Amino acid sequence: MAWSNQDKCAIVGIGATDYYVRGKSWPRTINDMAGEAIMNACADAGISVRDIDGFSYYSTAGAGYLDKFDTASLMETLGMPHVSFSATLTSGGGGCPGAIGLATAGLVNEDCKYAVTVMSLQQLPQHRLGVVFGAAAPSAENSFLQPSGLVGPGHLMSVLARRHMHLYGTTQDAFGEVVMATRANTHNRPKAVRKAPLTKEEYDASVMLADPLRRLDYCLETDGAVAVITTTMDRAKDCRQKPAVVHACAHGGQREWGRAFAWMGMPDPYFASSGHKFTADRVWDQSGLSAKDMDVALIYDHFSPMVLMQLEDYGFCEKGEGNDYVLSGKLRYDPETGKGVNGGTPVNTHGGNLNEAYIIGMTHIVEGVEQVRGTAINQVKDAEFALVSGGPASLPVSSLILRSA
Amino acid sequence: MTQTKYGPARALPGEQIAITTNPDTEPFWLAAKEHRLTACQCANCGHFRMPPTAYCPICSSRDKAWPDLPGTGTIFSYVVCNKNPKTGEDYIYVPVVVDIDGAPGARLNANISGVDADDVHIGMKVRVDWTEIKDGWVLPNFIRDDAA
Repeated sequence: MAWSNQDKCAIVGIGATDYYVRGKSWPRTINDMAGEAIMNACADAGISVRDIDGFSYYSTAGAGYLDKFDTASLMETLGMPHVSFSATLTSGGGGCPGAIGLATAGLVNEDCKYAVTVMSLQQLPQHRLGVVFGAAAPSAENSFLQPSGLVGPGHLMSVLARRHMHLYGTTQDAFGEVVMATRANTHNRPKAVRKAPLTKEEYDASVMLADPLRRLDYCLETDGAVAVITTTMDRAKDCRQKPAVVHACAHGGQREWGRAFAWMGMPDPYFASSGHKFTADRVWDQSGLSAKDMDVALIYDHFSPMVLMQLEDYGFCEKGEGNDYVLSGKLRYDPETGKGVNGGTPVNTHGGNLNEAYIIGMTHIVEGVEQVRGTAINQVKDAEFALVSGGPASLPVSSLILRSA
Repeated sequence: MTQTKYGPARALPGEQIAITTNPDTEPFWLAAKEHRLTACQCANCGHFRMPPTAYCPICSSRDKAWPDLPGTGTIFSYVVCNKNPKTGEDYIYVPVVVDIDGAPGARLNANISGVDADDVHIGMKVRVDWTEIKDGWVLPNFIRDDAA
């Protein structure tokens, strides 16, 4: 059944700061960077920052896990005269593209006219996401996880990757190909943190942090801010840029995935998955589309195996066939043709969290917008539909289909 | 692909490990103090759930049972880690996700010892090995079950 908000709203502005290696953004503050990203997004849209009257966040309005955003502070900082929508999708980075659906709800309800979704991330030593689970005092619930020494996100993903390898014969070579295929898209991107093409020998030499995962299977740790402006289609027509139409957007998940790697209770086949199957089915149902209709896929890549598992959950290949799909080169973007390779859909043409920058998924939305505008650095030829995913993490996870206007 | 030889897997030092409890979870940890492995079972419909929660997700009952389990299980998945997460020093430990015998659907996350990390595998039979941790609590870890 078609989504009732299909094609009613569009992303009209994108803005970002520079991307900094973890901790290097100091002495800038969270609000300083958020403000720059929001003002850049407004300039891109051709509106005043004072036109913004809606805030649609994710990650529980957290700049990571410790600092929090506050609509009141941003309003006072940026001079917005009034706000009539302020809402947050729960859980973590899994909600990133889902925040655009939340914005759509506020816009279609006529609660607000221009909604901003922003992430500003600063990982000072005491705020490092990679150690967040181990640094926290154990709650009654994570007293069943943390004592095992599963303290970093990489530890947790490794357990899922190991099960996938066991069930389906998936190889570390495929994880390496995810990294290499997306690294190949950053050499021409001025803001990318990792630009040098990556060889298999270099990947294989990368230090093993949580066997089966190497350092290069882990995403970057980045500081910076990204903001996007969503508005209704009638207002979008008056903005500076070609609208990136919000065609479908879903968040949620099913109980079998549930708390996911915050507990490890998922039964097969959900354990060795990205937890996106439910949400994937929903966006396909909302849109009447399927993976083969996507011109480009911006897949949340905090850890390389989770890209492979999302490709399965979204149906780019069958469950358990991710290894062969990846190794056949189908994630790659061919700059000569502006198309995929070997019949595949180009994945993370911006380099993703693994290679360009990690702003908890926001860079994937920006790339999706640029692709359907036709202004991407690694432009997919005639891109009409872009898929953007968030997570995998504890529910909700989310996904978004953007359509060219 | 993995040529590394890790050598013996060690449980993380108990003196580094703390837990907390709440009224739903405390019976599990009180049993552990007596070296009894249990899991939260619905006293109405028999469904197991871990970590213990207020309601049974199947029948919504609040009544819990805490049966004595055999103390054995099977490795469902694992990861080989090489740094002590508290100190950063080189330390080979293997977090294992264990399917608990006698409690279908219930798992525990723990460390395995008494085996080389290189030899740990999915499907390996294990049995509980009690580790004293901070504040007088006791943690269920695992060793290879040579009797299995």
